[in-house]
Amino acid sequence: MQKKVIFRGVALPVALLLPQLLITGIFFFWPAGQAVWSSFLREDAFGLSREFVGFENFVDVLTDPNYLTVVWNTAVFSVSVAVLAMAVALFLAVQADKAIRAATAFKTLLIWPYAVAPAVAAVLWLFLFHPQIGIFGRMLNNAGIMWDYKINGGQAMTLVIIAAAWKQVSYNFIFFLAGLQSIPKNVLEAAAIDGARPFRRFWTIIFPLISPTTFFLLVVNLVYAFFDTFGTIHALTQGGPGLSTTTLIYKVYVDGVQNLNFGSSAAQSVILMVLVMAMTAIQFRFIERKVHY
Amino acid sequence: MASLDIQGVRKSFGATKVLHGIDLAVRDGEMVVIVGASGCGKSTLLRIVAGLETATDGKVLIEGQDVTPLEPADRDIAMVFQTYALYPHMTVFDNMAYGLKIRGVPKAEIAARVKEAAEMLSIAQLLDRKPRQLSGGQRQRVAMGRAIVRHPKLFLFDEPLSNLDAKLRVQMRAEIRRLQKRLSVTSLFVTHDQVEAMTLGDRLVVMHEGRAAQVGTPMEVWSRPADTYVATFIGSPAMNLLPGTLEQGGAAVRLAGGALWPLADGARPGADGTKVTIGIRPEHLTVDGAEGVAMVVELAEPLGSETVLHGRLPDGTALTARVPGAAAAERLSLTPDAGALHVFDAGTGKRIDPA
Ligand SMILES: Nc1ncnc2c1ncn2[C@@H]1O[C@H](COP(=O)(O)OP(=O)(O)OP(=O)(O)O)[C@@H](O)[C@H]1O
Ligand SMILES: [Mg+2]
Repeated sequence: MQKKVIFRGVALPVALLLPQLLITGIFFFWPAGQAVWSSFLREDAFGLSREFVGFENFVDVLTDPNYLTVVWNTAVFSVSVAVLAMAVALFLAVQADKAIRAATAFKTLLIWPYAVAPAVAAVLWLFLFHPQIGIFGRMLNNAGIMWDYKINGGQAMTLVIIAAAWKQVSYNFIFFLAGLQSIPKNVLEAAAIDGARPFRRFWTIIFPLISPTTFFLLVVNLVYAFFDTFGTIHALTQGGPGLSTTTLIYKVYVDGVQNLNFGSSAAQSVILMVLVMAMTAIQFRFIERKVHY
Repeated sequence: MASLDIQGVRKSFGATKVLHGIDLAVRDGEMVVIVGASGCGKSTLLRIVAGLETATDGKVLIEGQDVTPLEPADRDIAMVFQTYALYPHMTVFDNMAYGLKIRGVPKAEIAARVKEAAEMLSIAQLLDRKPRQLSGGQRQRVAMGRAIVRHPKLFLFDEPLSNLDAKLRVQMRAEIRRLQKRLSVTSLFVTHDQVEAMTLGDRLVVMHEGRAAQVGTPMEVWSRPADTYVATFIGSPAMNLLPGTLEQGGAAVRLAGGALWPLADGARPGADGTKVTIGIRPEHLTVDGAEGVAMVVELAEPLGSETVLHGRLPDGTALTARVPGAAAAERLSLTPDAGALHVFDAGTGKRIDPA
């Protein structure tokens, strides 16, 4: 039975909710509203006049070939980050779940990267892969592989993917480990007795049983790659060379803050907002279906 | 179908010694029940046979073949867990078919074998359900089904009935016994319930603190318990243990309270005055005999056809008697049935048989 506290009147509940509502209002709804409003306006280059242009900004954005390149970049980047971060985390979680000795130390080490600020993490990767001063960068060049992410777009993309995925591995690891540990030992033992070897046990028992965790993490990782990797990209490549590591969120910044094209930038933010709402909706619908298998 | 030999199996978890050398030979088609108090190492022994734990020392042989170094998958055994351990994401059919699929059994044969097992266990109508849509008793049947479709050499049961209600337990107990006889698969059955042990086993292993205190048929264990632990563990209510001494050249025992009881089944070796522990089952005490001891009744438990009386002898020793019908008396004179006395060494607790 669920016990609910029922307040009489309106004043007290409103007073209790007010701080939260104010924060949400000031820091979310107000700017979001501003963005939506700005997306229908066009401003001249000096910011002296504004006029209402309806959906023109959206039309311009969606027909811009550069924007389509950026959409493609974002897709490649997000899917790669999510898959890489999850695959590595799952592998490590399986190892940690097996480890009996030194398990705690192992877990602590794996959780650290999550506490590192994106820019700091990016600088760390920069030091590793800088073509002249980075250890791996120099090694690659000495080995005869032309490595310079400042010139080669593919290499730049690879670098930001690795840096962004690295930061997310810890988070995924914690969830996967919890998922693995919630599988009853007896079920795996029963499978072993039924004749399943470790590899088969993993794919027929463990993997299906952690699929709810996997799906949850997939959405979280995609959202992370879409929206939370600005710092990493900014510190490593600034979206370059050319547009090769510019993602949707990075382009919003470039167009709005650097190029001062507020209308276009606002329209892009609105598109992103719709995307994140769609993703959240998918996730909520899934979580509401409480039974997963 | 196969024989099982357990030879000198020891097991320690770190510094904790759990099994101190278990020897057991199970014949082809036999059902052996391992019974003992919680924590005595029953599950550990079963898991060593299954290959889920590695013995610190000793060997396990199935059909004469040493399987000690083999993985569980290579031992061709089936196990029913207390928690059933069904695969939660698979239907009942897939749960039962899983082991067969892995072994590459053709689809048609899998279907036929699952159907046969399901009918045997009357779960044929549940094959499309997932485990969470089943009751505890139904899950138990599925777990049994998963074991029998495989036609393994050996069945291992780890307290499979302890999560069921009393009525279902009795029913499943009979069913397991019938199935086991019909399939005549060599089986090891672990339980802490002595009634289950007595009714299910061809033979019992009574375990006590990591040792096999006694191995024998249920009647042997009941009528000739090897030591005081087995004596009190098997049988309900538990056997009375009274301090006493040997008298008349071992032909009688004297209770601490003074009564002299003759040993009708023969004299025990030992000088007069040797301290012993005398065992007498509550159902082997008769009211109003000549050589009776006086008991003050403290508690009477009427069970309908009989009454269990708990009381004390004049010297304060606790005594339990089981008498037919209703009994309301506050003081009783009780006599042991002829030949029903057990004599144990007062120090080691080991049984002393007639010389
Ligand atoms: N993995 C383990 N690590 C350390 N000790 C263990 C481990 N498994 C079992 N033990 C210990 O071994 C002893 C025997 O355990 P076991 O599970 O075999 O008992 P059991 O006879 O099956 O008891 P129950 O009737 O409660 O199931 C217990 O004291 C237990 O604490
Ligand atoms: Mg146990």
